Amino acid sequence: MNQLTLSIIFYVFAAVTVLSAAFVVFSKNVIYSAFALLFTFFGVAALYVFLSSDFIAVTQVVVYVGGILVLLLFGVMFTNTIMQTDLKTDVLHVVPGTILLLLMIAGMLYTFYTTGDWMPGDVQLQGSVVQRVGFETMSRYMLPFEMASIVLLVALLGAAFLARYDNAHKNEH
Amino acid sequence: MEMFTSIGLNHFLTISAILFSLGMFAVMTRKNAIVILMGVELILNAANINFLTFSKYNGGMIGVMFSLFVIVLAAAEAAVALAIVINIFKTFKTVDVSSVDTMKE
Repeated sequence: MNQLTLSIIFYVFAAVTVLSAAFVVFSKNVIYSAFALLFTFFGVAALYVFLSSDFIAVTQVVVYVGGILVLLLFGVMFTNTIMQTDLKTDVLHVVPGTILLLLMIAGMLYTFYTTGDWMPGDVQLQGSVVQRVGFETMSRYMLPFEMASIVLLVALLGAAFLARYDNAHKNEH
Repeated sequence: MEMFTSIGLNHFLTISAILFSLGMFAVMTRKNAIVILMGVELILNAANINFLTFSKYNGGMIGVMFSLFVIVLAAAEAAVALAIVINIFKTFKTVDVSSVDTMKE
């Protein structure tokens, strides 16, 4: 695959990511936002493949699309009663928000393009990164890895307890 | 033309800047708590793109491992935050964050 084909594929995925992210933010319908977020996550996963982090890309698809997005959709459905048919969301502070949006994009791009003359390293990541992730997880990042498992366990127990606290509270009386 | 055809570090930084600002906009302007959560997810994804970009062009594994832990913490955050949102809905019968103004029932 030559350089031009790679660039075209990159721009396609970049456009998918940015446009669907804009749709998530500017759409008034919560369900539309949730489904546009699907395309954003897939586009970001494709960008991760361009950064030769294939393992992170697969993790992104599994965790974000398979977990967080389903959770968000359940949240949308739980928090809208059946009688209330419109899933609209109101906005506030639109004008300050738009000004902040443009200022932040302009400021960050100015910083990235002018003040930082990036000097890439001699050895860059090439090919698959799966083996190196395995070695790093089992050697240098052993303690954070175990702590992440404890954090996940505690967070899921806490989430389950919080979500059904109402029933437990009623049963006591 | 060379700047547009060879994909370099700045391209990824540009995408991440746009994603971050859009997430910030969602957090600032939306009233629905679930759309605010979506904005937070966009911000986390933008940070991940930056980590992986610098990791690739640096040749090290630090950014890759850090982005892995960011994904793990994002999963935990989404679970807890949605539990809180469901509790808010049970208490106030709405997920409009601007009408949630008391800490007692």
